[in-house]
This record gives sequence, C-alpha cells and structure tokens, in this order.
Amino acid sequence: MKQFICASLIAVSAMMAVVQADKVSAQDSSSAIMPFDFRTDAERLRYQHFSKVLRCPMCQNQNLNGSNAGISTDLRRELYRLISEDYTDQQIIDFMKSRYGNFILYEPPINKATSVLWFTPILLLLLGLVILVSMVRRQTAEIDEVGLSTDELDAVRQELLGVHHGAGSAQAEHDKLSRE
Amino acid sequence: MQRLKLFLPLLIFVLLAALLFGRLGENPEYLPSALIDRTIPDFELPELHDSAKMLTPKDLRGEPGLLNVWASWCFACRVEHPFLTKIASEYGVPLYGLNYKNDIVEAQKWLREFGDPYRFHIVDRSGRLGIDLGVAGAPETFVFDRKGRIRLRHIGIVDDKVWSGTLQPLLQRLRAEQ
Repeated sequence: MKQFICASLIAVSAMMAVVQADKVSAQDSSSAIMPFDFRTDAERLRYQHFSKVLRCPMCQNQNLNGSNAGISTDLRRELYRLISEDYTDQQIIDFMKSRYGNFILYEPPINKATSVLWFTPILLLLLGLVILVSMVRRQTAEIDEVGLSTDELDAVRQELLGVHHGAGSAQAEHDKLSRE
Repeated sequence: MQRLKLFLPLLIFVLLAALLFGRLGENPEYLPSALIDRTIPDFELPELHDSAKMLTPKDLRGEPGLLNVWASWCFACRVEHPFLTKIASEYGVPLYGLNYKNDIVEAQKWLREFGDPYRFHIVDRSGRLGIDLGVAGAPETFVFDRKGRIRLRHIGIVDDKVWSGTLQPLLQRLRAEQ
C-alpha cells in the first residue's frame, strides 16, 4: 500500500513537472513571437522591457506583451518603430503618455493624485510600530509596578520551584503505589 | 478619553465604508482622454467615399461636433448607429466618422445597408490616427469645439443617457463659447 502511494505521488509530481514545463515553453514562445527584426540585441531587450511595463489600453490587467487585443498589436508595432527610430526611453514613455495618459504605465508615477496610494502603506506600518512599542512599554511598566525587591522575587521563585518539585515527587509516589 | 479610543476602530470603519460606498457604481473602465483641451492631432487621410479627397484637421474646425470612431467589424457600432442617425437628423449635430482599421469596401457596404448620417468619414486604415487620438477600440466618440480642440472622450456606445446626460449639455456650452 505504502509503495502504491509513493508510486502515485511520484507519477503526479512528474505530471505536474511536465505541465509546468509546457507552461514555461508556452510563455517563452509567446514572447518569442515577434515579427520584428531588431538591428541589435540591445534593441530587442528594450522592446521586451517596454512591452512589459506598458499596459494594454483596452485591458485592465495585461501588458502589451501578454495581450491579444488589436490595439496592443498596433502599439507593439508602434513601439518597434520608435525603437528603430532611436527614441530615448523618456521619449517613448512621453509618446505613450501623451496619447493614453498614465494608465499606459503599469507603475503609477508619484504625484499629488497618487500620494495616498504610495504613502498610506508606509504610514500604516509606522503607526503599527508606534502602537506596538507603546503597548510593550506599558506592559513592562506594569510588571515593574508589582514592586518587589530582588530578594523577595528570589523568594517567590524558590517558593514556586518548591511547589513544582513537591508536585513532581507526589506524582512519583503515586506511580510507585500504583505499580505495587 | 479611554472610552473614545474604544470607538476608534468603528470610526475608521465608518469612514472607510463611506469612502468605498461613494465610489461604488463608478465605471472602473472610465478613462479620461490624455488629449483633453488639446487640438486634434495632425493627419492627412482620404475620405471614405472619395479617396482622391484628402482630409486634414482643418476640415473639422468651425463648429463644435462629434467625431465617432467606428468600423463595420464592430458590433456595438451597429447598436449605436440608429441613435447617432437620430441625433444627426433631429438636432443637426455635426457628426463625423473615423473609419477605424476597416476594409474600405466593407465600410461602404455597411453604410449602404444602415444609412450614412455622417458629414464625411476619415479613413484610418492602419489605426495610426487612432493611436494619436488615444483610441483603444471602437466605438469611441470625441467631442471637439469650434477651434478643433478635444473636449471629451466617450468610450462605448452613445445612447439616450449619454446624449442627454453628457454630450448634449456639453455641445450646448461649446456652441455658446466664442
């Protein structure tokens, strides 16, 4: 039975590996479908970079690379043209932004309208830290407030240990009795 | 004070709920045009019925109007077409077509079948003008003023609600502008 379970586990994981490998190769081929001839590898890399950071204007959650929408095809062609015409990175971003606005960028720029988006998490984290520190401080203060001297504390500890040992030996006594 | 602190989470919850509830029902796909208050980008493209005639942004100046992005392959365009026909004939709204990434013969056939309320059609075979206008697909409708500046971009079909709620009041305001 154990062997059977082991064998089926191995089979399942092997299948998963094959599926994963398929997925990986599918992704590779989708980004490899570029009907464009780049003059240099640097241009190809720039194209790949921009088709990842630019968003398809029709779809909320896809970049140009991953979208089959007609507009994405057109914009990929446009991107190729801009790169071939030696536009700088900033010029490419400006070209897209002047037509499609900030929506075209996956990462929103930091400005007045997006400040809440960017800074609220940091503020909340800081607030959480402040609350945590003040809680820990208050608890430490409460322990101090018990107001026992070190000698007295030692005495309390001794007492507690004694009780513990007593209980332990009582248990041993009980065990001995029950065995007999 | 201590008691007030107790109500702090409730207060935060109420504020958040009010904020989120207020934004409920807004169209998450609404995208204002990046070209608001800018002039219609330069183009020189043929007219659909008369390919010898070249159109430029100058042909859209003089009177506030609508530039409707359409194509025969676009089903929603067929849905809004009767309404566009109605506002063009009833209110005399200057209606211009941007025939977007469309086969010319197919587009002409489509207009013969459903009627042609447009003053003229700019043929944007490649979609290049569409990109300059920030068009994502069809149908889209731009409102421009008498100087040829874009004042509104509407994504999707134009129906009675869009017309009487947005387009008509805006056109009235633009006509009053000098």
